Amino acid sequence: MHLRRSRPILLLPVFGLLAGCNMVTMHPSGDVAVQQRDLIIASTLLMLLIIVPVMLLIALFAWRYRQSNTAATYDPEWHHSTQLEVAIWSAPLAIIVALGALTWISTHVLDPYRPIARISPTQAVPQGIKPLTVEVVALDWKWLFIYPDLGIATVNELAAPVDTPIAFKITASSVMNSFYIPALAGQIYAMPAMETKLHAVINKPGEYEGFSANYSGEGFSDMHFKFHGMSNADFQRWVQTVKAGGGGALNRADYLRLAMPSERDPVHRYAVVAPDLYEAILNECVDSSKMCMSDMMRIDAHGGLGLPGGRNLVATDYESLRRRDGRRARTYVASICEIPGAADLKSRLAQTRPQTRLLNDR
Amino acid sequence: MTFNADFWRFVFGRFTLDALPLHEPILIYTFIGVAVIGIALLGAITYLKAWKYLWTEWFTSVDHKRIGVMYIVLGLVMLLRGFSDAIMMRAQQALAFGHNQGYLPPHHYDQVFTAHGVIMIFFVAMPLVTGLMNFVVPLQIGARDVAFPFLNNFSFWMTVGGAVTVMMSLFVGVFARTGWLAYPPLSGIAYSPDVGVDYYIWALQVAGVGTLLSGVNLIATIIKMRAPGMTLMRMPIFVWTSLCTNVLIVAAFPVLTAVLALLSLDRYVGTNFFTNGFGGNPMMYVNLIWIWGHPEVYILILPAFGVYSEVVSTFCGKRLFGYVSMVYATIVITILAYLVWLHHFFTMGSGASVNSFFGITTMIISIPTGAKIFNWLFTMYRGRIRFELPMMWTLAFMFTFVIGGMTGVMLAVPPSDFVLHNSLFLVAHFHNVIIGGVLFGMFAGITYWFPKAFGFKLDPFWGHMSFWFWVVGFYFAFMPLYVLGLMGVTRRLNHFDDPSLQIWFVIAAFGALLIFIGIISFIVQLVVSFIKREQLRDVTGDPWDGRTLEWSTASPPPAYNFAFTPIIHDHDAWWDMKKRGYTRPIQGFHPIHMPKNTDAGVILAGLSVAIAVGMIWYVWWLAAVSFVSLIVFAIAHTFNYKRDFHIPTEEVVRTEAERTRLLTEGA
Amino acid sequence: MSTSLDIAPAGSEPVSFYVAEEHGHHPENGTLLGFWLYLMSDCLVFAVLFATYAVLGRNYAAGPSGADLFELPTVALNTSMLLLSSITYGFVMLAVEKGKQTPALVWLAITGLFGMAFVGLELSEFAHLIHEGAGPQRSAFLSSFFALVGTHGLHVSVGIIWLITLMVQVKQRGLIPENKRRLMCLSMFWHFLDVVWIGVFSFVYLIGALR
Repeated sequence: MHLRRSRPILLLPVFGLLAGCNMVTMHPSGDVAVQQRDLIIASTLLMLLIIVPVMLLIALFAWRYRQSNTAATYDPEWHHSTQLEVAIWSAPLAIIVALGALTWISTHVLDPYRPIARISPTQAVPQGIKPLTVEVVALDWKWLFIYPDLGIATVNELAAPVDTPIAFKITASSVMNSFYIPALAGQIYAMPAMETKLHAVINKPGEYEGFSANYSGEGFSDMHFKFHGMSNADFQRWVQTVKAGGGGALNRADYLRLAMPSERDPVHRYAVVAPDLYEAILNECVDSSKMCMSDMMRIDAHGGLGLPGGRNLVATDYESLRRRDGRRARTYVASICEIPGAADLKSRLAQTRPQTRLLNDR
Repeated sequence: MTFNADFWRFVFGRFTLDALPLHEPILIYTFIGVAVIGIALLGAITYLKAWKYLWTEWFTSVDHKRIGVMYIVLGLVMLLRGFSDAIMMRAQQALAFGHNQGYLPPHHYDQVFTAHGVIMIFFVAMPLVTGLMNFVVPLQIGARDVAFPFLNNFSFWMTVGGAVTVMMSLFVGVFARTGWLAYPPLSGIAYSPDVGVDYYIWALQVAGVGTLLSGVNLIATIIKMRAPGMTLMRMPIFVWTSLCTNVLIVAAFPVLTAVLALLSLDRYVGTNFFTNGFGGNPMMYVNLIWIWGHPEVYILILPAFGVYSEVVSTFCGKRLFGYVSMVYATIVITILAYLVWLHHFFTMGSGASVNSFFGITTMIISIPTGAKIFNWLFTMYRGRIRFELPMMWTLAFMFTFVIGGMTGVMLAVPPSDFVLHNSLFLVAHFHNVIIGGVLFGMFAGITYWFPKAFGFKLDPFWGHMSFWFWVVGFYFAFMPLYVLGLMGVTRRLNHFDDPSLQIWFVIAAFGALLIFIGIISFIVQLVVSFIKREQLRDVTGDPWDGRTLEWSTASPPPAYNFAFTPIIHDHDAWWDMKKRGYTRPIQGFHPIHMPKNTDAGVILAGLSVAIAVGMIWYVWWLAAVSFVSLIVFAIAHTFNYKRDFHIPTEEVVRTEAERTRLLTEGA
Repeated sequence: MSTSLDIAPAGSEPVSFYVAEEHGHHPENGTLLGFWLYLMSDCLVFAVLFATYAVLGRNYAAGPSGADLFELPTVALNTSMLLLSSITYGFVMLAVEKGKQTPALVWLAITGLFGMAFVGLELSEFAHLIHEGAGPQRSAFLSSFFALVGTHGLHVSVGIIWLITLMVQVKQRGLIPENKRRLMCLSMFWHFLDVVWIGVFSFVYLIGALR
């Protein structure tokens, strides 16, 4: 008995340690993460309203009604009390109603797909400000960041000016990852052939940790990068450095090499990036012999390409290499304009389904 | 030359000598250790000439009590394996900072955490839960066995088959390196081409058949075989929670079977369910596996809730407070278990309305769960609490579980989950509820029903040792993980750069060490209790002043459980009988109709493992031959119509006379 | 709740705490319930496969669609085979009720033949599709199509093996209670597969061909 009561004392040194450690999620530097932190604290406090009394009651009853305490009332047949039953169902219910309301509102306000409405608790997003768009690609096992408006790209390094909304578009090359910068905002999955979005803002200049928060294989542990929050001027300088830095161009062929599995890649900065690269990555057709997912979905929405389409396959060495088994040659759906007879297919498509828009030739 | 290569590939599939981990010292030593213990064990059995006894009395037994005990033994043995994985991970994470890469390279470490999760859920928690239900439910409802005794034996051996398949992967080939739910595309053939994921799939499929059938079996038992007078609202709470758990099993495991079958089709046939190209959709796998996975959590926790309910009312010497609301709370949890699966992947980006819907349904589950906690609390109120070990486990559970519940609700708020998802906070949360909820419950249950199963109590000293080391160890091992989670540390990492984290991992590793001592104490407890069994002997069959029917019969109960089928007048049937001066009948016995033992379960499960091995290693002939044998044997088995016999009256009289003698001597 | 067993106030009259006279034990009590539970779990397997088809059924991967592939006349023939087999199984059970062994066996045989015709037609359809380059690997649509229809076909095949086994057992031992129970279970299984097929026929073939 006495040991059980002393358990909270055992935990004291832990609280001492807590004060000294760097809890990034409790002291974030971006406004979205700050709101998420506040939510964690609010929900914890709400629940403590009920948890603390329950814990005290457990201890109290265990002590008071111990067998040796014959002074305490013993009522072996007492097993029902309507008032008490109403109370024990409605007390948690009340807390959950409050928490549910909080959840509904906060989930909508902090929806990662929704552009942010404020830069900080005191500052709304100014009219007409254009967010910094960053296209994020999780590769095996490194991160590629493309800045479409600036025409540059980086590997394992991300930078953004402070107090400017950032709009991330996130995808992956092979398997699922999760894009997470704890100081900036909560995470969201990065998935192949899918695009997720995240809107956030960084409020304090500094260097922050970013990483994949979803296990993705052998090199996962080292799949992290630095996120630099910079003042506007520093950020402009950084962009100039990247552009002048001689990091070369990132075109489709370079990307295909980059996407091969590798671990602990150093930071690389590309001065130029092919403008359609991200779309091609997202649609899994960087290797242009493959049909883009967007085209495939458009064709599928009109009922596919019929029996001839069934044979429209191509084997690519590259895809075999990128897969982790290396040796299996596998086929993919071929890009329409690459195969003999494509014109026939297209005319068939045009005849049978006149509403179909023809596919873009590349 | 080519003929030879093809020939060997035909015979051995993709198995080569490279698949044996001869270059991994850890595995070599483990193998030597396991082999030495195994040979010693087999030698001892042979020396004691116990093979025949084990085979006829246990392995082929259809007695639900023996099968229950075997399930629990399986769970405890696999706990050792699962815990070894845990302590390896804790050690790796405590060491691998900066230039130190630790001692487990990712290739090995990734298998360890996958195996840990799979083993702890499927081959520790599930067998412990199923074992307790098997042992206790028929006794509590006044039945002589389960509805389908042969099926029960078969289910058990299929579970063993799954466990054997997982264990095989330790020494032959590799296990999956995907995490315990094997999300594609990572678990697809493109990114996990080796045997690991195939081991995973086949182990779970083989064990899954067993789990499903045992679920069907126990539902039918509870629905059809209750003693007269036991209406649904007079069933002990443990029977209620078992019923709900088995309903969950029957309604959830087919989903796992189907989704793993689709994953195997992707891997073996080249279909495109969960691939990146050809219109496949990996997110569908994530949804489907959690449609099984979330109910699975309640499959584990509900029986534990049942144990706590029995223990609290027994050791408080008091009727359970709020029986009816306890039953409804259990049913509500059962239903809600199906409406929350998406909270495991809020971060997939489903949109705010969908996320909040699943967040709120998740929180709603805390209402019935909270009501349960209050019910136990008010059962203690005005009770006479005896702090025997089962009650200690229950109190430790109540303290620990509310913390786990609180962190669970924090994770149920989607924007908070974006911060905490996949972090060590999440890891701490689910260990908090699974150890603090399920495992404590299993220990409470094992300590509580052990004297019923074996006729002597467990040694309290070593029980207390085990208890305190487990409980304190748990706090040391997992509270630091909450902190690390808040520090933004994600799970499944095998190396860290930030040295300020190390102290927390060291504390966690220390906690794991304490738990290790707890486990050792538990084993010592079993040994010491066996040695001191005469001192710990209970001849009454009712060592705790129990309330439910299982305490009305002898310990250990005779094969037929009850010489006469009891009639029930109240939900604390045995308490009611004692209160109203029930006298045990000592004459008028008649023959008792019982099922016969059979070796079919062992053989069918063995053939299933052979199919699994054939499929895993692409040894097609083995898979085909085993499959055909399985079908033929199963058909042949149906030609056996003589599956039961009668225990003659004389034997019943003899057994009951012996009990009368013990009772009078004890009194 | 049953009131007959509720007891009078303590002490007023003696209560019975056990069944003194037991007339045998009925181990088959739970079999039909148990089998029905199994069928429900099987139903969930099909539910997953239907759901998969619902999600992936239009992902043709720029290949053929149901409209290009399905031949409704063949499927209609196939469906009628299975529906007829359900009717003939009904006749089996009628004969069993009346204790007429030979008619039961004859109807069982006819049911089995219909079942085999169904499976045969399905296999030839699959072979044709694969020959056309529309195998299960070609697209997620075809994967989910083959999985759903194939799983159903596999069930029917198992049903046929079971049916033949039961024919032998009825022949050997006659319409004893155990065999009647087994025939009843197979009956549930067979009709269940019929119901599932109606789902497959409507959701996969009809909608697919008309889409």
